[in-house]
Amino acid sequence: MSALAPVLEPLTILIAEDSAADLLLLSTIVRRQGHQVLTATNGAEAVEVFIRERPQLVLMDALMPVMDGFEAARRIKQLAGEELVPLIFLTSLRESEALAQCLDAGGDDFLPKPYNQLILAAKINAMDRLRRLQATVLQQRDLIAKHHDYLLHEQRVAKAVFDKVAHSGCINAAPNIRYLQSPYALFNGDLLLAAYTPSGDMHVLLGDFTGHGLPAAVGAMPLAEVFYGMTAKGYGLAETLREMNAKLKRILPVDMFCCATLLCLSTQRRVVEVWNGGMPEGYVHEVASGKRTPLASRHLPLGVLSAEAFDDRTEVWPMALGDRVFLLSDGVLDTADANDQLFGAERLQQVFAANREPDRLFEDIEQALAAFRGEARDDVSMVEITLQAGQQLRASGPLYADSGQSCPLDWSVSFEFRAETLKRYNPLPYLLQLLLEIHGLREQSGALYSVMAELYSNALEHGVLGLDSRLKRDAQGFAEYYRQRNDRLAQLNSGYIRVHVQVLPTAAGGRMTLRVEDSGPGFDVEQVLARPLDIDRLSGRGLSLVRQLSSDVRWSDGGRSVCVEFCWEALA
Amino acid sequence: MVDLHLDPEVLSGLQEVMEGEYPKLLDTFLDDSQKRVEALRKARDDAKALGRIAHSFKGSSGNLGAMRLAQLCQRLEVESVGAGVGDLGALVDQIDREFALVKPLYETERQRFQI
Repeated sequence: MSALAPVLEPLTILIAEDSAADLLLLSTIVRRQGHQVLTATNGAEAVEVFIRERPQLVLMDALMPVMDGFEAARRIKQLAGEELVPLIFLTSLRESEALAQCLDAGGDDFLPKPYNQLILAAKINAMDRLRRLQATVLQQRDLIAKHHDYLLHEQRVAKAVFDKVAHSGCINAAPNIRYLQSPYALFNGDLLLAAYTPSGDMHVLLGDFTGHGLPAAVGAMPLAEVFYGMTAKGYGLAETLREMNAKLKRILPVDMFCCATLLCLSTQRRVVEVWNGGMPEGYVHEVASGKRTPLASRHLPLGVLSAEAFDDRTEVWPMALGDRVFLLSDGVLDTADANDQLFGAERLQQVFAANREPDRLFEDIEQALAAFRGEARDDVSMVEITLQAGQQLRASGPLYADSGQSCPLDWSVSFEFRAETLKRYNPLPYLLQLLLEIHGLREQSGALYSVMAELYSNALEHGVLGLDSRLKRDAQGFAEYYRQRNDRLAQLNSGYIRVHVQVLPTAAGGRMTLRVEDSGPGFDVEQVLARPLDIDRLSGRGLSLVRQLSSDVRWSDGGRSVCVEFCWEALA
Repeated sequence: MVDLHLDPEVLSGLQEVMEGEYPKLLDTFLDDSQKRVEALRKARDDAKALGRIAHSFKGSSGNLGAMRLAQLCQRLEVESVGAGVGDLGALVDQIDREFALVKPLYETERQRFQI
């Protein structure tokens, strides 16, 4: 027996054989090779024993009474399923037809009579190796399938969580936004967010993180938090961008950053303010003239520069009602054809030029991409926002937990913001938060914020910086106006804006008086107020807006001081 | 080899493998073979049955070293396909005689292990 190959691990082996002498001989040989033996003397019994004992290997005579070996082999193989139960036919069948029949029935090998112990042991060992291999393959397949399911589940959960965050804004609710984003674009690092500011302006962010998969999506969460939080509190693009940049710089590894276009679309002021860091050029589409103004990237992506080096300068473009802003991710331009040629900006321009129905622009682009490449790409993001009238002002401030008992009703406060502060600080979100401590004002937070923003920017731009609003007569002057604004603000070294707030209880509820003073030369109030309320003109919209939204507006001190009032009724 | 009735090397190999079970194996073979010889006689007119019995008998006699017997069984198995029943009777007789010849040899071998 020492000549026999060593047995790796004892197996349970079923021997089915109708000849009593052969069965006795074979079971003795197999047992002495270290295995456990089960026996059967016909096919039907073999199937029964297999079901009951699940042996790991079967030695089966081909010709047996009751049920022959072929039929028994078929049933046993079926019962074994995916598991490999090697089946060796015991036969001295000579004809090739009979041997083929054994293989057809699921036989894995033959053992001819008379039996040779060495060959038998070698065959059992070889079949055991195959059996183990199959078991390992099955185990690993199941493991891979489990991992795969786990990964998919994680992605689904991540996407569900993310969708809640990303879509907590107005991306789906706003009637003037159309977007196209492949369902798993998130896992390509694309991010699209939109939300209203307290004054009803809309902030939109289209971002593209470096990298792919979950790591690319992870950075999107803090970015979305900053975007929604700061937009809701009334922060402007500059402050929001600074915060996003600082946060991403702090949390992302060096080789990760986020290309982004952030814009503020204001129906009230008929403008779009844009910051583009590393995204492909978007466009402002002037529908009346068909002109498309490119929104070129002027900055490095978010998360690259330190806070000191970061540049938050934005560009401002006039828009008429019905004009559109179009943004896209690089998936559109970088779509490659079979020869690795890129789709590119020029082909996109051709699609723009050929587009007859503005509402079908996305479909036109998709068709052009498909025609170019032969198949659709899965990481394409596009968004188009139309400037629409009638955007309702909404109270979108954060919710307060207090019950109203602690609401302050009789107080006043004054601020003076001087040159160094005016250069780099936007006090409006802080002031709004302060005023929203008054419960009665929360209903009017949108109007309140709009009026504050208008009075503050009038005081800063026309008062302290001395800019002439008549510059904004046409698109060119418009750009010039904002260029001058940036230059003068950067060089500012004197001047101030004072804000006085007085809150008094009244019989009906309460009254808040807001006075804004500036250090500028003032203006001819009579003359400006005599202008018609032309809401479609680029300049002069601010004052008419203020007069529409507040209870009472009064100028004094030669236009250097303006006072508005907001009243509210006591809450039930 | 054709004239070898009982291969002594096979027997010594079997004894080594079977150890204490060796006499039982001989008993089983003799008993089994007796039944098969009788079955063959009964099935003289059924070629198909003759082929099936001859196939099994060939296997066990081969395993036990009854070389001539195994050879005769193989011939019967082969010729049972397509041949006339009349020609098979002679082969059955030959198998009968061959078993009668080897049976005492196995019995002698068996007697070495009387308990």
